[in-house]
Amino acid sequence: MDRTTYDIVVVGGGAAGLRAAIAAAEADPALTIALVSKVYPMRSHTVSAEGGTAAVLRPYDNFDLHGFDTVKGSDYLADQDSVEFFVQKCPEEIIRLEHWGCPWSRDADGKVSQRAFGGMSVKRTVFAADKVGFHILHALFQTTMKFENIHRFDEWYVSEIIREGGAAAGVVAIDLRKGEMARITSKAVVLATGGCGRIYEFTTNGFIKTGDGMGLAYRAGVPLKDMEFVQFHPTALPGTGILITEAARGEGGYLINKDGERFLKRYVPEKMELGPRDILSRSIMTEIREGRAFDGPYGHYVGLDLRHLGEETIERKLPMVRELAEKYVGIDPVKELIPVRPGQHYIMGGVHTNARGETGLPGLYAVGETACVSINGANRLGSNSLSECLVFGASTGLAAAAYARKKDWPSGAAARETFAREETRVFDGLLGQERGDETVAGVRREMQQLMERQVGIYRDEAGLSAACAQLGKLRARFSKVGVADKDRVYNTELTSVLELDFMLDVAAAIAHSALARQESRGAHSRTDFPKRDDERFLKHTLAHRADGAPRIEYAPVTITKWQPAARVY
Amino acid sequence: MAGKQVVFRVKRYRPEGGGEPTWQEYTIPYTDDMVVLDGLNYIKDQVDPTLTFRWSCRMGICGSCGARVNGAPVLTCGLFIKDVRGRTVVVEPMSNFPIIKDLVVEFDDFMDKLQSVKPFLVREAEKPVAEGEYLQTPEEVDAYKQQSMCINCMLCYSACPVYGASDHFIGPAASALAYRYIRDSRDEGAEDRLHVLSRKTGIWECTFVGECSVVCPKDVDPAGAIQNLKVLASMRQMRRLLLPKSARR
Repeated sequence: MDRTTYDIVVVGGGAAGLRAAIAAAEADPALTIALVSKVYPMRSHTVSAEGGTAAVLRPYDNFDLHGFDTVKGSDYLADQDSVEFFVQKCPEEIIRLEHWGCPWSRDADGKVSQRAFGGMSVKRTVFAADKVGFHILHALFQTTMKFENIHRFDEWYVSEIIREGGAAAGVVAIDLRKGEMARITSKAVVLATGGCGRIYEFTTNGFIKTGDGMGLAYRAGVPLKDMEFVQFHPTALPGTGILITEAARGEGGYLINKDGERFLKRYVPEKMELGPRDILSRSIMTEIREGRAFDGPYGHYVGLDLRHLGEETIERKLPMVRELAEKYVGIDPVKELIPVRPGQHYIMGGVHTNARGETGLPGLYAVGETACVSINGANRLGSNSLSECLVFGASTGLAAAAYARKKDWPSGAAARETFAREETRVFDGLLGQERGDETVAGVRREMQQLMERQVGIYRDEAGLSAACAQLGKLRARFSKVGVADKDRVYNTELTSVLELDFMLDVAAAIAHSALARQESRGAHSRTDFPKRDDERFLKHTLAHRADGAPRIEYAPVTITKWQPAARVY
Repeated sequence: MAGKQVVFRVKRYRPEGGGEPTWQEYTIPYTDDMVVLDGLNYIKDQVDPTLTFRWSCRMGICGSCGARVNGAPVLTCGLFIKDVRGRTVVVEPMSNFPIIKDLVVEFDDFMDKLQSVKPFLVREAEKPVAEGEYLQTPEEVDAYKQQSMCINCMLCYSACPVYGASDHFIGPAASALAYRYIRDSRDEGAEDRLHVLSRKTGIWECTFVGECSVVCPKDVDPAGAIQNLKVLASMRQMRRLLLPKSARR
């Protein structure tokens, strides 16, 4: 077998991609799996997740309660059949990861501990102190080393999906260290490249989260679903955007304004600091707007107060919060308030899939933040996303394995064609052409500022229309971006251009979907349409790539047992 | 605050230029809350887009952005420009690795070494998932917690003189992670790992300089782990000499 022919190509080495690769590798040792990532897998952004991962594990909890919390959190936009599947599968994924060595925090009796989290009715969130994503990522990554049929392609950047006979047939990628383009033909392709937070200026996300998988699927003709639903986490450090975990509130921390008041009593009196993220972020914005926030070098902020928890709890349960606050703000949360403000954190939308990760294109799968099943609807609950990566990583890996076992090998003709086209586009076009009125950093910054300003926590018709028009202009300017670095080997300027290309597509899908949804639901908050409108908008948005603006269509929401009701906390 | 300037002196290497590494200086504005990585990004975005380095999380957990700054291996996202001694920030790629371009080095060698020590739970029999978790008390978690914090940033390899002299040496992080699994109450793979670690490329190469533990940004203490592994490896050797094969484990 040719070294670059595999049954399954997994693109992305975070929690979702690794879990999918392991599921496929376990399902059939005869299957070969290429794990392709633009970074060494342990650099993937899963590593920065802090607070925990949800599962029903104790007698006081049950699947219906986890399901209802998730659906209510989603503002009734989640597909309830998928939510039911999800909550039932979470426990076994937590245990499986435990069997693979994940160092979950434990109770005195030796059982896996659970903590409180926003929007969850009971203590349901499993954790490993406050470095949960880090431990999950390394446990999964190291476990992949058991499998001889998983071959890694570290630091390969996928630029295009190969399609043959109406199905996915592999990928074209740049081997960054060699500076060469290559093709990997396969029967199935799984996209697991995470989210697209770097579309925004102020984000908790790492530099690598540029929506590559969403862009790849979108170009292959697969729609992006519910992209207007962007999550803003209530507590990021001003300036850097570094995340301060929700576990800080789960463990009992307070949010206070400059008058020393726990202001959430005005917004979510029943839940207070454990309210859902969309409502908390808006509450903080209201405090800022009404002049009750602190003022600092990076604008207005509120205080996260952990002082009453005491040093021992902070050290044992929230060591990373303390480490980050000391290092990046120069304060000790044992004695001082941590300054926080909302920042882009996650996108509920993504590649339109079902619960097996299948897209409309046979052989193409998507999973994790890249995908939209949807279990998160209009607002994701904290600690459901790592569980989502695990549960749907497994189901998608199994589905791709079953598909690959039945499917014939592609002929390779389309691979050769796509490869030649991509080589011309990337190396002759983007890298070779002498242009240069624009820089990648300049266009990227303008896109980020635009999205922050006009497609942020609060939106309205005028701002969104202008954003859509501006994104069109940025797309035109993008074609004038020059690349100063002409070397092929490890050209990060070139990869930034490819990433920006995807981000501009994804940003347009977000802005146009937001413009079309004339209601407020979950994280999508329209000041000109402040109410939820189930009559017109209890449906999923599907953005299809088209010449010019995306084509917006809609699909029904699946409701099984929880009828839409007012969302009050 | 405004108007402060700093000089970044960066070691450049471009494989397609065909030459030796060169030095390049950039004078950039800075504020007290900027880390060295922010300076590098300022250069990349505003001054010279050809400067090449890795980064992602900018919060000290992904392990991408290691480099030598004024001689010491550090995560560039964790060192503030104002805390760099002297008036020039001298940035070089990490030592002891092949340089791909500018600050980007290759450490596939580490990935192979990590794999060689079986960095996953080894069990004679796996418990079915339906039977629940392996019980582990908080104290049992504490036994391996410190070494489980390794982010694979490679600073310890950059600091290790033994690895610098011979890259056959298994090295600090791979040893620390081997120790992490050996100390895990759920694991039964100590024999396999100690076998690998007892080879002549293994832990006995370590001369206990201890630089690895000094530079570790996560307090993993690989040097301490290697000393403990030496004790375990010695005990294993004694058992092998004294006991019949059936009673060794």
